[in-house]
Amino acid sequence: MNTKMNMKLVGVLAVSVLLAGCHSKSNTASETDSALNGGVQSSSTAIPGSEADLAQNVGDRVFFDLNNSELSQEARQTLDKQAAWLKRYPAVRVTLEGHCDERGTREYNMALGARRANAARAYLVALGVDTDRIQTVSYGAERPAVLGTGEAVWQQNRRAVTVVAQAGS
Amino acid sequence: MTHRNWSYRLRARNSRSDNARNLPSPQRGEGYAGLASVGEVTRSWVRGLVTGFWAKIPLQLPGGTTPSPALRATLSPRGQGLVWYVIVFAVAALGAPAAMAKVVVNVTQGTINPLPIAITALQGQDGADPQVGEAIADVVTSDLRNSGAFRPLDPAAFIQAAQAAADQPRFADWKVLNAQALVTGIVAAEPDGRLRADFRLWDVFEQTQLAGVSYKFPAQPQSYRQIAHMIADVIYKQLTGEDGYFNTQVVYIAESGPFERRVKRLAIMDQDGANNRILGDQPSSLVLTPRFSPNSPEITYMAFMGYQPRVYIRNIETGRQEPLGDFPGMSFSPRFAPDGNHVIFSRALGADTNIYEMDTRNRVTTQLTNAPGISTAPSFSPDGTKVAFESDRGGQPQIYVMDAGGGGSHRISFGQGSYDGPVWSPRGDLIAFTKREGGQFYIGVMRPDGTGERVIAQGYHVEGPTWAPNGSVLMYFKQQWISQTQSRTRLYSIRVTGQNEHEIPTPTDASDPAWSPSLTQ
Repeated sequence: MNTKMNMKLVGVLAVSVLLAGCHSKSNTASETDSALNGGVQSSSTAIPGSEADLAQNVGDRVFFDLNNSELSQEARQTLDKQAAWLKRYPAVRVTLEGHCDERGTREYNMALGARRANAARAYLVALGVDTDRIQTVSYGAERPAVLGTGEAVWQQNRRAVTVVAQAGS
Repeated sequence: MTHRNWSYRLRARNSRSDNARNLPSPQRGEGYAGLASVGEVTRSWVRGLVTGFWAKIPLQLPGGTTPSPALRATLSPRGQGLVWYVIVFAVAALGAPAAMAKVVVNVTQGTINPLPIAITALQGQDGADPQVGEAIADVVTSDLRNSGAFRPLDPAAFIQAAQAAADQPRFADWKVLNAQALVTGIVAAEPDGRLRADFRLWDVFEQTQLAGVSYKFPAQPQSYRQIAHMIADVIYKQLTGEDGYFNTQVVYIAESGPFERRVKRLAIMDQDGANNRILGDQPSSLVLTPRFSPNSPEITYMAFMGYQPRVYIRNIETGRQEPLGDFPGMSFSPRFAPDGNHVIFSRALGADTNIYEMDTRNRVTTQLTNAPGISTAPSFSPDGTKVAFESDRGGQPQIYVMDAGGGGSHRISFGQGSYDGPVWSPRGDLIAFTKREGGQFYIGVMRPDGTGERVIAQGYHVEGPTWAPNGSVLMYFKQQWISQTQSRTRLYSIRVTGQNEHEIPTPTDASDPAWSPSLTQ
């Protein structure tokens, strides 16, 4: 569901690119990239192979059910695209951050976040991404993506986010 | 009113005072017992005034008596190079009474009927600032009221003047107020510039002195407060039979900033919220789950360092801190063993989280669980033979108990919902936990065999119980949502009976409280 939202966002960005960026030659490369990327329209704002590129054009996060670290069909589709993207940019290293909603305790959330990050990592590795390129961390419930309380908030906070590591790190 | 174990307690006190030197009895009227020094307050950490450090201090017995060499060894400061800015207080103590006390609060079961107690301001003498005695009485009053076991009477109703009562209580004047117990005393300036507080606790209806202690301390506000907590401890113990818990500190996480970049830092305060401060030089701005050593001024906690969440140990006297070790994977959820020389914690390696123990003297690490799923939040029994922890190896998180060396795991929680974060009582009789069921959170207790489960607090969201050193009061944190994006998180204290829940004041949002051992042994 959230992926659909992201797609909408990407759509809006793509339209704005078409409106605003007609004269820019630099758009061509990313539009070509996007063609390779399951036909997702690309934004001109993201440098290829960057964090923003991943977030805008691939989807940088997958979501989980309460107290659960199993990958849904939707999560697998996102990770399929992430794996393809990672193969296209072999120099890119990523950190998979596991997060939880606020409905757990401190310690359990730390462990659950680690299990979510590991589930996403294991899937990427199974698709052929080199294990050395992916490290994991859990933030438990300490870094919510969306503030507040209630299921609409919680479901966006139960996530594993793929973050591009800074060069040299 | 009951008299459980009372005569036993009196004998215990008398046997201690046999080892100590009696001071001459003052010439007093009825009920006055002689002053005696007892060995009761010999092992104390006292916060230094200038540095904010703690130090174990030499006991200065009245009349020039010096501690034995063996005692000195136990009183030497722990840290290397510790600056000797220490509050020194002498203890003379006074007098265990010959008579049986009739006035007792039963705090162990049922509804507590708070004991009416009259607490007079300690009267200034020999040039001592009279406000010191008033400040001490205020802190004693607030400690005893906050315990839920006492109902301090309004001083405006007192008939006998505090000065006259300090000289000799006129018991009839206190009986008409229905005061069961009376606290009187003086604060005097000593020739060396320090202050001396003498307090006496009276059984109004029996017209006898129940306790009395004399303290010497520097003329500094922090030391007044600590002396007041020590006095409150003596009163609480005399009248309830339980150890006091007022001369203690709480380390917790002070929270600030927006939730998506929440800053969480180690803070420390007295158990009543006074002397609050953020600890300096922290590893990062995201620190979680601090816990006290049971027998030294050390805490252990988890802190993020970039992408490396790690367990740290910090000496709160010296500020020195270091990672527990450099392990692959995340390490978190640390807690000291009862011997203070081992830390038990969990590590996430791959999908699974298991429990490990490190001997902090030689850094040898032992893995205690090896199960699929999550095993975390370990807590030793106070005798060091068992470990309670939580695991979702059976599906939902539940509480398990295993042998201290690992092995013998068995599940003890079987109620509805999930059970997290077991914390063994310092008395050993109960395990506190956080429970989640039906969208609510609960703080509860159960016996170590899983029987007798009882909820003592509930809310959205309550979590993280920690025990006062006497095992009869707990603290935890509660987050309450005010609006869709605003919440308030504070620390609350509650009796294990579920009574007397009240907020502990903190300047900011506060979570993850950890209660220190008693600083008066």
